[in-house]
Amino acid sequence: MPISDVFPEIAIIVAAVLALLFAVFAPRRLQAGAALVALAGIAIAIVLILAQLGETRFTFSNTWALDGASLWARLMILLGAAFCILLSPGWFRTDPRHGEYYTILLLATLGAMTMAGAGDLLQLTIAVLLSSVTGYTLAAWHRDWALSVEAGMKYFLMGALSNALLITGVTLMLGLLGSTAYAEIKTTLALGTGLSPLLFVGFALTITGVAFKLGAVPAHAWLPDVAEGAPVPSAAFLTVVPKIGAAIALARLVQLVPPEMLGLRPLIAVLAAATMTLGNLAAFWQDDMRRLIGWSSVAQAGYVLMAVTVLGLSPDALTALLAFIASYAIGNLTAFAVVAYLRGRTALSDYDGLAKQRPLVATVLVISFLSLVGIPPTVGFLGKLALFLTTIEGGYLWLAVLAAANTVASLFYYARVMGRTYFNEPQGHIAVLDRSSGSAMVIGGALVIVAALLAGSAFVAFEASRILP
Amino acid sequence: MLTLAILIPILGALFLAFMPNTSHSAARIIAVATSALTFLVLLIVWAGFDTGAGAPAFQFYAEAPWIPALGVAWRVGVDGMSLALSLMSAFLFIGCIAWPMENPERPRAYYAWFLFLESVSLGLFMVLDLLIFYVFFDLSLVGMFFLIGRWGHGDAQGAALKFFIYTLAGSLAILLAIIGLVLTMDPITFDMRALIAAQPLAGMDLRGGLILLGFVAGFAIKAPLFPVHTWLPPAHVMAPGPASAILAGVLLKMGTYGLVRIPFQMMRDTFADYALPLALVALASILWGAIVALGQTDLKRRIAYTSVNHMGYTVLGIAAAGALLSGSESAREMALTGAVVEMVAHGLITGALFLIAGGFWARAETYDMDAYGGLAKVAPRLTTAAVIASFASLGLPGLAGFVAEVQIFVGTFAVFPLIAAIGLLGILITAALFLRLLQQVFFGELPKAREGFPDVSLREGSILAAILALVILIGIYPRWLLDLIGSSTSAIIGG
Repeated sequence: MPISDVFPEIAIIVAAVLALLFAVFAPRRLQAGAALVALAGIAIAIVLILAQLGETRFTFSNTWALDGASLWARLMILLGAAFCILLSPGWFRTDPRHGEYYTILLLATLGAMTMAGAGDLLQLTIAVLLSSVTGYTLAAWHRDWALSVEAGMKYFLMGALSNALLITGVTLMLGLLGSTAYAEIKTTLALGTGLSPLLFVGFALTITGVAFKLGAVPAHAWLPDVAEGAPVPSAAFLTVVPKIGAAIALARLVQLVPPEMLGLRPLIAVLAAATMTLGNLAAFWQDDMRRLIGWSSVAQAGYVLMAVTVLGLSPDALTALLAFIASYAIGNLTAFAVVAYLRGRTALSDYDGLAKQRPLVATVLVISFLSLVGIPPTVGFLGKLALFLTTIEGGYLWLAVLAAANTVASLFYYARVMGRTYFNEPQGHIAVLDRSSGSAMVIGGALVIVAALLAGSAFVAFEASRILP
Repeated sequence: MLTLAILIPILGALFLAFMPNTSHSAARIIAVATSALTFLVLLIVWAGFDTGAGAPAFQFYAEAPWIPALGVAWRVGVDGMSLALSLMSAFLFIGCIAWPMENPERPRAYYAWFLFLESVSLGLFMVLDLLIFYVFFDLSLVGMFFLIGRWGHGDAQGAALKFFIYTLAGSLAILLAIIGLVLTMDPITFDMRALIAAQPLAGMDLRGGLILLGFVAGFAIKAPLFPVHTWLPPAHVMAPGPASAILAGVLLKMGTYGLVRIPFQMMRDTFADYALPLALVALASILWGAIVALGQTDLKRRIAYTSVNHMGYTVLGIAAAGALLSGSESAREMALTGAVVEMVAHGLITGALFLIAGGFWARAETYDMDAYGGLAKVAPRLTTAAVIASFASLGLPGLAGFVAEVQIFVGTFAVFPLIAAIGLLGILITAALFLRLLQQVFFGELPKAREGFPDVSLREGSILAAILALVILIGIYPRWLLDLIGSSTSAIIGG
């Protein structure tokens, strides 16, 4: 077994264990040191992943995929996790279990990474379960606060159901196809054997199980609750990092089936349409900032599915998928960083006149929202552009038109917030969190613009990537 | 050089945004100086611009890579049409920035947004890359959203939001159409010159029609044409005077400029097939804009609706020019030249009219025409300015509007005689509505409340005088402008 192929993942596990040991023995005032341990682990893992650049193969008896898609997704996952760690020390300063938080966060990161790299149905199942179990903990971390516990509970109930569906789906597929390895399934299906309505059901159930992690219809209902109730660093993490892994996992799953068979592509297209429309409509009249970002995050999952729909139908689908999730991650994490920096203030009316008291914070918020709408010159625009390009090229014009209509609709609720921050009068002093979350917010805001300017090389790198099987 | 003209205002905006403790007057001086410097750069470009017969279509071309994988790059260059529009915009921006605002709240931000918008507008007219064109197109919405929402009055937030959402819908239609257009190129490129040369949609009926529909819908919202003009009146009424002047004078031109540059030039065949329906839409805008304007009692709304009418003339000229692939070249060229002159003339005239309207608000906080009367007695200089601008707008010979409209109609008569004949009615109604406006506001009896109505200040007066002098100059000696514009229109018509 070429153990070196999973060195990055091992680095994360080791860092998680070290962070836990540190948290056990360090005094209360030094608990934030665990964050440094976690960041160091992530830095090492990033270096180890970069060493895998250019690999395209299965390893560990065809259960683990090393390819461009997994490489870039795992990098995004790690960077996203590091960003959330920057938001955490200030937020959890008074929490008696502060240090342990980073262990759970790293394990959740590992779950997302393994989703991105899974090359086997069982491996995928384990990855989803790891990501889910740690996710519930992250959501319900404030166990004395009803809203947080409620978020964790809803997340858990939805998760239990969709994990059960996932396992049922995987069982059906194993029974019908005789293997769980993607490489073998792909060969079987390419020959046209084993196709049956039951197999469609198997795929649909498995896809639902992964859609849960992505926050897409029909398993999206947990997302707004988690966004509202979970601690803000957890909310930032859960609305972004597992989604990156899930998007790649879903793409692999869909790619098993040749585009014209089994009607899987139309199914994904319908899910995409339903997800984006539902997310946007629900976000319309939200008066709660975190919930609003939560619903917008559902809508964004719908856009992600657009790229998955045309995978194999358009040569640029994978590029668009990677570009869009990267741009989404930057935009959404930055928006949550603003919320965290403002100590989690969440009623929309509390954002009145933000620009007058804290112009920098308001600017970052507006930039991140413009990016989520997809207005240039932000990175979100390039993500959406790539998405529209590939969707039209892949023959799903109606989906692109619907996504454009949804974009217009989404501007309504984003602009409502932007308008408040700039046009209204402030209601009182606006308190902020620590310097660490403040700098994370500024980094995010700058990245929204800088990433767009440097997008040329990113597109080259994404275009050179492949996705197995 | 062109890149410099785009960069200067944005640098000025950043400077203002990050310089704390700048006083109101200092901020204004910096902003005016920045915009004047930009205009100077464009004048240098103009001096070096070759209008001769053998000159290349796009001059002062410069390029820098951005996303090679998608065929996107920073490409700038001007032809006669875009240079004329850029010059007009830069000129109008100086006037609007210098226009006195009584204590705008947060003056630094106010002037910074204006400079930002100037950079975006010039960028839009001068880039030769479809994607960056779209970037600027969208950014103009962002800039205007904040200008209207923060410094407008009345229900400014609602108007700003409506403007933003409405026009974003249009710009997304354009984005989809752009994507549809560039996907026909192999390898994919957003280079406008390559697309103009390739005419990639020739012979594709349905696809070409859909793409054209996307472009026309988007640009029609921006222009705006009937029936998608409804965002315009509230945006204008709530916006501060100078922002209205920019909105009408510069931003509306983005729609008509885009219509010429993209569908007209890049998909000639398809455009010619659908020129007749486009001309009908233009006719509807001409009549609708004029008739509805006649019914308004609100000063600013009345001017706003005449914009719909005037943009109708422009689009009529464009449609006539693109209706045929060959034949009656000189008439079509005349129609197109007229359309471009109309863009320049309307920018100056309506800019002046909205600045005047802004002056009314600053003095009496109402746009209701019934609240005024007999102002000629107390404000003779304001009256003179308003009379010149109104007469120019209704197309009096000797002023800029006439030069434009006569060419549009003469050119259109050769292609769509019936539509041109009906369109002339629009001029008649516009004449009536402006004459009645003048009569109501400036003549007749002076209400008691207006006896202390102050005349234009020195600064207001000199800004208006500069703009109107240009309007008169174009009216009596249009040669220099026609040479500049004509150098590009023959190339645009001829293919």
